Amino acid sequence: MISQVFILSSKGDHLIYKDFRGEAGSDVVNKFYEMVTALPGDQPPVVMKHKELHYVHIRQGGLYWVATTKADSSPFTIIEFLNRLTALIKDYCGCLSEKSVRMNFALIYEVLDEVVDFGYVQTTSTEILKNFIQTEAVSSKPLSLFDISNVGLFGADTQQSKVAPSAAATRPIMSSSGEQGSKNEIFVDVIERLSVVIGANGVLMKADIEGEIRVKCYTPSCSEMRIGLNEEFSIGKSQLRGYGAAVRVDECSFHQAVRLDEFDTYRILKVCPSQGEQTVMQYQLCDDLPTAPPFRLFSSIERDSVGRLLIYLKLRCDLPPKSAAINVCITIPVPKGSLSLSKELSSPDQSAELQPQNKAVHWEIPRFPGGAHLSALFKLEVPGLSSASLQEVGSVSLSFELPKYTCTGLQIRFLRLSPIQPGVSQRWVRYVTHSDSYTIRI
Amino acid sequence: MLRRVWSIHRCYGKGCSPLLSWTTLTTIFLQQLLQHHFMAPVSLYFGIPTKESSGEEQLQLSLPGLCEYVEQPLTVGLKDKAACVRRVAVLGWAKIHSLLPNSEIDAAIVNELYGLLRDPDPVVMVNCLRALEEILQEEGGVAINKPIAHHLLNRLKECDVWGQSEVLAILQRYRPRSEDELFDILSLLDPSLLSHHAPVMAATLRLFLSLCATLPAVCLSALERVRGPLLAAAGSSSRELRYAALCHIQLLLRSDPGLMGEHYKRFFCGYAEPPYIKQSKIQVLVELVNDDNVGMVLDELKGYCTDVSMETSQAAINAIGSIGRSYSERCLDILTGLLELKQEHITSAVVQTLKELVWLSPLCGDAVCTALERWDDQLQDAQGRGALLWLLGVYGDRVSGAPYILEDFIAGVRSEVSAEVKAELLTATLRMYLSHPAETQDMMGRLLHYCIEEELDMCVRDQALLYYRLLHCGIEEVRRVLQGGRRSDLSLGPLIGRPPEPISQWASIFNTLESLTLGSSTVVNSDPSTPTAYTPNINTLMSSGDPDLTACSHGALSLSASPSLSPEEFERLWLQPEKGACLEAGVPCPVPSCSSESLQVALQLVNIQMLAFTPANKHPWKVYIYTHSSNTFISEGSRRPSQHLTSDGSRTPPQTLTSEGPRTPPQTLTSEGSRTPPQTLTSEGPRTPPQTLTSEGPRTPPQTLILAELLQVDREREEEPEERGKKGGVLVRMRQYPGDQTVLTGFLSVLTTVLQTLSAQPDHTHS
Repeated sequence: MISQVFILSSKGDHLIYKDFRGEAGSDVVNKFYEMVTALPGDQPPVVMKHKELHYVHIRQGGLYWVATTKADSSPFTIIEFLNRLTALIKDYCGCLSEKSVRMNFALIYEVLDEVVDFGYVQTTSTEILKNFIQTEAVSSKPLSLFDISNVGLFGADTQQSKVAPSAAATRPIMSSSGEQGSKNEIFVDVIERLSVVIGANGVLMKADIEGEIRVKCYTPSCSEMRIGLNEEFSIGKSQLRGYGAAVRVDECSFHQAVRLDEFDTYRILKVCPSQGEQTVMQYQLCDDLPTAPPFRLFSSIERDSVGRLLIYLKLRCDLPPKSAAINVCITIPVPKGSLSLSKELSSPDQSAELQPQNKAVHWEIPRFPGGAHLSALFKLEVPGLSSASLQEVGSVSLSFELPKYTCTGLQIRFLRLSPIQPGVSQRWVRYVTHSDSYTIRI
Repeated sequence: MLRRVWSIHRCYGKGCSPLLSWTTLTTIFLQQLLQHHFMAPVSLYFGIPTKESSGEEQLQLSLPGLCEYVEQPLTVGLKDKAACVRRVAVLGWAKIHSLLPNSEIDAAIVNELYGLLRDPDPVVMVNCLRALEEILQEEGGVAINKPIAHHLLNRLKECDVWGQSEVLAILQRYRPRSEDELFDILSLLDPSLLSHHAPVMAATLRLFLSLCATLPAVCLSALERVRGPLLAAAGSSSRELRYAALCHIQLLLRSDPGLMGEHYKRFFCGYAEPPYIKQSKIQVLVELVNDDNVGMVLDELKGYCTDVSMETSQAAINAIGSIGRSYSERCLDILTGLLELKQEHITSAVVQTLKELVWLSPLCGDAVCTALERWDDQLQDAQGRGALLWLLGVYGDRVSGAPYILEDFIAGVRSEVSAEVKAELLTATLRMYLSHPAETQDMMGRLLHYCIEEELDMCVRDQALLYYRLLHCGIEEVRRVLQGGRRSDLSLGPLIGRPPEPISQWASIFNTLESLTLGSSTVVNSDPSTPTAYTPNINTLMSSGDPDLTACSHGALSLSASPSLSPEEFERLWLQPEKGACLEAGVPCPVPSCSSESLQVALQLVNIQMLAFTPANKHPWKVYIYTHSSNTFISEGSRRPSQHLTSDGSRTPPQTLTSEGPRTPPQTLTSEGSRTPPQTLTSEGPRTPPQTLTSEGPRTPPQTLILAELLQVDREREEEPEERGKKGGVLVRMRQYPGDQTVLTGFLSVLTTVLQTLSAQPDHTHS
């Protein structure tokens, strides 16, 4: 059972405080902030204890979401509850930020009242909650400039072949009948997280993909939706069927509301999406990528005659020529005490800087088309450079986003609503691959 | 308020009854009334929203008179048509109970709540459980009998994630009547083990472990089943969930070390992960190392050593050190390579790790000496300096430049703040004096003078005085005290690999918050050489020990574990059987189910030294032991403590100083920091327990050396008539140099008694 739930900003401001059982005073909020900020680096912060009271917290959207409990409850339950709470509030408020929480505090209290009673979680399904939640969200409009620059972040394949602005899915699920409100949209996102380790000799040492299909539905009541996956989709090693381009995953799990009667033969998921966001399918693939990993790195590191450290990097993007990686950020660890950096980059839109506190050089590439090569030369001034210092240039990490691309090759063939509703006009399918951790050893 | 009425009305609109029930109206008006009268938020009563700004004190009403007004609508509310009213009403009783703990809740209400367990709405059912649990707290919570348990199990599927985990937790109280029922329940729960909702999966596993506490095999297969979901949770996009899963994986590995072996790559750290996740992943990786993946894991760990976060890099260095106990060469290469980075926190961590490593595997000494030879760093933190001084003291005779490093320390002793470092410096200097007297004498004089005349810390001063007086007793005495047990027992080396703990050791904290707060303390527990968890077991063995045990060791046959034998010697002798006597015999008792540590302690009680054993998950189980015997009768009287003084000085360490009880090696390790002078001496003392020394007989009869290999007999071979025993027997192969058949049979009987005593005590390991 949960004693209190509160939300703090990263600076420690109290945003939301709700006491369910009256077991502990409200001074716990300040106590929590004291504890979490004073924690030494080797202490895990997730669960803390002070005077018989356990504090469990998660960090989302730059905020602390804290639940306190006296009983020794299940950590999985409390953490999952907090995660679910953030997802709910994201659905209702559009996005998670200090500003949106501040603006929608009444709505959040209302959600909390319905979700938890006397410290016991009652329900977290939007299907039931929509009967009770009446307050409308106040959405904070993001700057329109920001909106324009991000068009095309997500590609969209729809019958009209239009492109949805990336902010389209970050509006509250319940909006007033004006302006955007009439839009009964459904977004189906295929999101994959890639974690890769490539050895110094170029051998792929580890490659994991964790993927999920998320449905975000803005329609208050939606009829059954049929999501058709690739017909060659197979699960596990034994089930290889057909020839050639089979899409294979190791493990696959579905939301309990998904009906799978046509999955075995036609690879169709049937689901009645409730309002808000939900994950209908999760899948994993380990160690067996169907395509080459998206980036290769060729590097040479040496000391020049003046005692500077020269790092020459050549990065190749192995995506198909139509795709491109965006927001590529490469982090190169450099020896401690590096003073200054001089760089030679291949195009002016790239940038690179030395971050001494992280002992790293950050090289940013806004857009990197498939099949292209980019190279960079970094010259670092390191006092007292020894040959051992070269060891510190250990492994290069990349973070990037691959829009309109899935590494497993999973595609959504079709998206049908049956029976077809007159109101529902727009269905969007979006694909994106994020780098969870992409490491290349030098 | 009206909004609330409206929303409930909408609820009704969806259901069968279009009418707003009376109860709802009364409840809501009562609520409104209370709010107006007392001007205080009473949301506690009904969970009806009362907005308060964050941080505002929530007033609690505990007016006895108030309840009269509330009870009546609550009673009616239990029978309401709308499920959402029943949900609120059921929990309302729990609220009344918590506000007025002294008031008796009517038995009729309790009965009605029990009846509502059959409510069609799953949330009402779960709320009834929650309410009864609170109301009946004094009686031990809600009573779960067979019909209730089966009802709950059958309706589990209807509940949502939160309800399921709650019901599963409460079901732990139920004990199935028969084995058939138990297995029915287990097969019903089996799909939930694979649930991709981590709360359900964890609650199910906890229930499994509590139901099958007496069936370890079922528990182990349940652990196998949850591997997939747990690994998925460990790769979840929520960091906190990832961390929770990692902590629980560590628990599982304590009992089934081979569980995640092939999935080690899942525990490679992501670049952007927060340090606490990286550190727990590193801890898991250490557990997963085996011959196949050691190269990959070390490569990965090496990368973490230069992490931006100091704690992570220290954790990685420690991890390499722990792997070095089994794969010393590769790890030493990495560790000594790290020294060349000349980064202080890395160097300090490496020195501390090396100190632990050479203690556990003394064969690494050479590499450490080469590293010390090139030493020219400055360390700032006390632990690092202490460890460096310890290494200098122990390996001073093999490092030519050592006195000069020490000289810098002595020159700076005035500015040294840490008493531990000063104490370590004293010991190191005295040891150095033994190996390099000419270089050290002068600086030692200065150090002793400073410590005795000017030092303010009593412990350091006492230690200096003790050394000063010791020096007066002559160099031989100093050598005996300081060098006696200065190197670790060689037999400690192969004792690696932690035996799996019984599941019951951690089942009680599985899926509780405690498992996550263990955090840093699990590091201590995961240290293979810390047998804290087994001490009760050892104690019971000692106290309830079979009288035969002591009779055997002190009667007809006298065994002694010293002098120690190195693994190489053992191997050499073992492979030339023609020289001595051989004997092979089956012991009709199962392989002891206790941990190898307890077996080791048990064998040490009868002065048999364990040299090596297979990791517990390996099959077949094998143990190598050795002992020395002298076939003499020792009377009680002749085992006087005065023997210590007459015993061979060069061989035996200074027993006179070890006045304390048996010191197990890990204890000495932790007290290695030499906090107080007497402790330093004892901790440098012999590693073998005093029993070994007391039973060391007169030196006159020629000692014989007995080597033995204990081998688990396979189940297939069990069918042969001569190998009896329910769970397979133990085959003992013995070698003796020089041969003496009667001694061998005597040794066999001692060994049999130990094994049988141990296998007769499986309850202790599981309770």
